[in-house]
Amino acid sequence: MKDLEYPFDAESIRKQKKSLRRKLLSDASSSFVEKKIAILGGQTTQDIKLLLELFLLNFGIKPEFYESEYNQYYEEGRFPNEELMKFAPDLIYICTCVRNIQDFPLLSDEKEEVLRKKNVVMEKFTSLWQYIAQTYHCPIIQNNFEYPYFRLLGNKDASDIHGRVNFVTSLNSAFYEYAQNNENFYICDVNYISASYGLDKWSDPFYWHMYKYAVAVPAIPYLSFNVANIIKSVYGKNKKAFNLDLDNTMWGGIVGDDGPENIEIGQETSVAQAYSEFQEYIRLHKQLGVLLTVNSKNDEANAVAGLERPDSVLHKDDFISFKANWNPKSMNLVETAKELNLLPESFVFVDDNPAERAIIEDQVPGVATPPIDRVEQYVQLLDKSGFFEVTSLSKDDLKRTEMYQENARRAQFEASFANYEDYLRSLDMKAEIRPFAAMYMSRIAQLTNKSNQFNLTTKRYSQAEIEEVAQDADHVTLYGKLSDRFGDNGVVSVVIGRIGGQDRDELHIELWLMSCRVLKRNMEFAMMDELVSRARGLGIKKIFGYYYPTGKNAMVREFFATQGFALIGKDENDNTTWEFVVNEEYENKQNVIAVNTAEEGE
Amino acid sequence: MTREEVYERLNKVFREVLDDETIELHDETVADDVEGWDSFEHINIVVAVEEEFGFKIPMGKTVKMKNVGEMVDLIMESGH
Repeated sequence: MKDLEYPFDAESIRKQKKSLRRKLLSDASSSFVEKKIAILGGQTTQDIKLLLELFLLNFGIKPEFYESEYNQYYEEGRFPNEELMKFAPDLIYICTCVRNIQDFPLLSDEKEEVLRKKNVVMEKFTSLWQYIAQTYHCPIIQNNFEYPYFRLLGNKDASDIHGRVNFVTSLNSAFYEYAQNNENFYICDVNYISASYGLDKWSDPFYWHMYKYAVAVPAIPYLSFNVANIIKSVYGKNKKAFNLDLDNTMWGGIVGDDGPENIEIGQETSVAQAYSEFQEYIRLHKQLGVLLTVNSKNDEANAVAGLERPDSVLHKDDFISFKANWNPKSMNLVETAKELNLLPESFVFVDDNPAERAIIEDQVPGVATPPIDRVEQYVQLLDKSGFFEVTSLSKDDLKRTEMYQENARRAQFEASFANYEDYLRSLDMKAEIRPFAAMYMSRIAQLTNKSNQFNLTTKRYSQAEIEEVAQDADHVTLYGKLSDRFGDNGVVSVVIGRIGGQDRDELHIELWLMSCRVLKRNMEFAMMDELVSRARGLGIKKIFGYYYPTGKNAMVREFFATQGFALIGKDENDNTTWEFVVNEEYENKQNVIAVNTAEEGE
Repeated sequence: MTREEVYERLNKVFREVLDDETIELHDETVADDVEGWDSFEHINIVVAVEEEFGFKIPMGKTVKMKNVGEMVDLIMESGH
């Protein structure tokens, strides 16, 4: 819903929150994942919660909330709490503020006393975080502190150890240190958000004294939007790629008309500098694993000439897909998505032309179309939209562009073979298929939250849940890692089965997914072979498969049939159940991938 | 601005915030008379009224308002 995308109208969102909520919930075309979110507040959190709900619904997440009593964040979070235990949160948001710091340094305090006061605050928070991690095994989002709204020492408040600004800065640093050393712990950077909004307006004491809101009510949408961005990132709902226009988006002018020598890029003029800075901002996203693609109405030769200027920050090989033609942009985008095995809604379409954006909005719903307007504001607009909010950076993210380039080389290589099996053989594929191992837990959890297409049950797991399943004697787990002569794809497939039946001779497949980047490589058959072999070792006689259609996973509707399962049930929602009888005659389904050639544990 | 005009705009604000098209405010209306006007929504109403009429209601006066009539008095006094 456009109303809830940045740059939103905060005033009308607040006013219309009830009718917006109604609209979001009644939209039949949307499907939601449900998440239980506990908000532990050091201030009033009512409206923070209601606005958070709107933004989450807009991201396809339907929250159920637990809300602590006013300012009981510590009492309810730090000690046994039957109600919260029963609620079983998927995520806990600790919404504290600078007013929750009770004991600030006094001017008369010695250095040691200031340090002691800092440690008191840190011990309180650290014990809270640790208790939550041990008790609820769920991700934590913690506000850092906004700056105090007065400065007793004036500018010296920042540098003097007795200054409140200094104290808050040092506490925030200690929070960050905890975040650096603990997984599943995320800081909501209220300090930055409030600065960006305007600290004086953010901290208007009226709202504290009247309603115990440390954040001014008009600013709440900005806070809730940031929290929602963190949450959607944790649950794998970030965007994945930029789809970029060129003329007047990546450079000033129209390369086909003006000629590459006359477009505005480089350091010669102010406008050229602004475009260069924007190109640099886009380029930086490659580090995050964001894929860059071009979608431009141009003759290809002209488009390439624009990027071949020596002062261009971006070059043609920075883009994983390059469509400069005269086709409708909606068609280009959909094709690009298909080539990269991504969903169109994973794209951010960046185009200065409102008419092109309108066509995309109309033809390819779900694609983000930020209303960029003036080049000097492009960066801020995209940056505050939170499309690529980072919660964890895996090694995979860092080298994603590289992986797609490897795929492109594979495609070229494939073209040189007449027979597909010969091609697969020549790839020299090696797979590691084993029970979940500690070093892959975060990647496995990430996959369960990101994979939509090749996913039979679309069950989502937090890292804590993955770790639990891995240890549980009633579960069989497998991860599959695939490499070949062109590179290492990392962990690309996950299977979780639950042992059942009176004689523990049944295996129920609760999750089976594979990353689309290894489609048609026979990896799914390698997983099946390994699963059957492990099942046989455990005395399993029957394997039951389940397929739950979601609107995104049609590609695996007949997956179990291709694996040799028989259809045994279908309900009114088209959920299907499949059965596979394990017997001694099972023959491996694939012989193009060498499986587990290295010793376990290596 | 006449009292009637203030009421017209005020009704609009209340209806929007409380998502209830049937709201009709009078001088004697108090929070208890309007469904959904609880202490949490009160703040949203106050802020929305401020935004609609373009002025800040001082804290001292916010706490003393007894009914809608007094809110209208305040708005008229503000000269907006």
